[in-house]
Amino acid sequence: MGLIWMLLAPVIIYFLVKSAIHNISSGSTKDINQPVPWIIIITIFTPIAIGLMIFGYYAFKGEYDKLPESSEEI
Amino acid sequence: MAASEKGIGKIIFSSSLGTLIEWYDFYIFGMLAKTISVQFFPAGNATAALLSTLAIFAAGFLVRPFGALVFGRLGDLVGRKYTFLLTLVLMGGSTFLIGLVPGYKSIGIAAPLLVLLLRLIQGLALGGEYGGAATYVAEHAPANRRGYFTAWIQTTATLGLFVALGIILLVKTNMSDDAFTAEWGGWRYPFWISILLVGVSIYIRLKMNESPLYAALKKEGTTSVNPIKESFGHKGNFKMVLLALFGAVMGQGVIWYTGQFYAQSFLENVVKLEFMQNREILLWAIGLATPFFLFFGWLSDKIGRKWIMLTGMLLGVIFYRPIFGEMLKAANAKEWATQHDKKTELSLEKSTVKSDTTFNLKTGLLIINHKDEDWEFEGNRYNEKKSDTLMPAEGVTMFAPISVMIDSTQFFVKEATDAKPVYSNVQLNNSLKWKFIFLVWIMIIFVTMAYGPIAAFLVEMFPTKIRYTSMSLPYHIGNGVFGGLVPFIATLLATTFTTDPLVGLWYPIGVAALCFIIGALYLTNKKDKDVNDQKICR
Repeated sequence: MGLIWMLLAPVIIYFLVKSAIHNISSGSTKDINQPVPWIIIITIFTPIAIGLMIFGYYAFKGEYDKLPESSEEI
Repeated sequence: MAASEKGIGKIIFSSSLGTLIEWYDFYIFGMLAKTISVQFFPAGNATAALLSTLAIFAAGFLVRPFGALVFGRLGDLVGRKYTFLLTLVLMGGSTFLIGLVPGYKSIGIAAPLLVLLLRLIQGLALGGEYGGAATYVAEHAPANRRGYFTAWIQTTATLGLFVALGIILLVKTNMSDDAFTAEWGGWRYPFWISILLVGVSIYIRLKMNESPLYAALKKEGTTSVNPIKESFGHKGNFKMVLLALFGAVMGQGVIWYTGQFYAQSFLENVVKLEFMQNREILLWAIGLATPFFLFFGWLSDKIGRKWIMLTGMLLGVIFYRPIFGEMLKAANAKEWATQHDKKTELSLEKSTVKSDTTFNLKTGLLIINHKDEDWEFEGNRYNEKKSDTLMPAEGVTMFAPISVMIDSTQFFVKEATDAKPVYSNVQLNNSLKWKFIFLVWIMIIFVTMAYGPIAAFLVEMFPTKIRYTSMSLPYHIGNGVFGGLVPFIATLLATTFTTDPLVGLWYPIGVAALCFIIGALYLTNKKDKDVNDQKICR
């Protein structure tokens, strides 16, 4: 499953960027057609998506198979 | 190290009161978004103004993770007590000041800029508050009742919403709409009231002692010197932060905001419920559901936290579309209008013509915008605004000046193919109102399941010396970013896919479903018996 989480991250970013390009246009006053909301959303979700990728990597490596039970195991 | 029964009661009260007030401060802005948008953004385009306010609203949420880092670090360095005292002062001060900012008409662009700045401070303060309060209570609580005691902190977010709704309703019912929405009108009172609430809470919190677990670390000199580095720079802890975010808090965040915020927004903007009844429905639903935070916190002490939280998410995934769809179907003013809107003979003298009557020279048709009309259908009331196209009666000169036509002519309403009635101010009859209360209540029960046990769950996940920092960040990313953006992304989706009024729900459903799968796969249901520094979550 770790691979799925790893792949999901770039897919999310891809769709966000694609939607932004598709929707941003200069002739409209609608919020969805303005660049600012898209910049905010992509800026915020990119590090989170990278976090999801790292999470997927850890899951793939079996890091979550046994969770730590004490501070010494961290 | 657990406090006595009486002692823990005082600890819960003093911690919860401050946190409740912080939530109250944070929510009144969102609840008054429409009024605020008119006051602080250039008039002319109501949608743009509303979305601008929503953007500020989202900005408030987006800075919460930064607040979690700043104040979480402080809380792990200097202690819980003084940190969440500071967040309370910042929150109360900025809320009060928002109520003092003159409108756009008076000071121009400075108004929205000041509001944005104060809103950002609110977000920062909130980011530091919750983790401190939850940690503080948990570090006083006995192991076998940690879920129950921290659930009191979990009620504060909902009760803050309840108090905010109640105060806004109280103010609004005691003045006219014009007096409420004026530049220095009643909408500012909830902001000013905040300073009193915060004053009381600060007084109470000043009397509190430091958390015993943290005090012990301090005495031993084993507190963290760099909590942020230890929390996120250390793989062992960082992977737990990621698990907390993607396996629990992300889904909990969207469930929380969909049940309590998006529901309100949906009822107001899509179902077109009347302002007061919309709030009344939410008040009842929240009031009746709040005890379940404590119930599920208590239950999590008995059977574990994981499956209670994940069940709340799963129920949201399954039932959101049916519940929202049912609300839309049950309060369908458009459908009700077909029961009345037969072709009705209407003389011009009887009609209520507004000044924006237009005469189309090309077609010779007279377009009349009727004054708003209130209708009733089976005890449900609604307002309809419609433009009718009128045809002249037999023998009347078609192209006479409008004034002549109005003075001397009888017209008959023609069924207007281009008319698009606008429905608003829907007021449900009593049985339908209680049905809506029940439907919203169900969604808040999902919230209590996902949210009730999560403070105990997060506290048990991280060691004492970096607990404030480690649990605050995933909590505020999950709630602030994933949850806080529910209304914003739902609005964007609804703007894009206009044929499906429920399209905005796919965002919370998708996030909650993903979180459910991750949580089910990787979290375990074991509880941590001891949250001192030698033990962490399993």
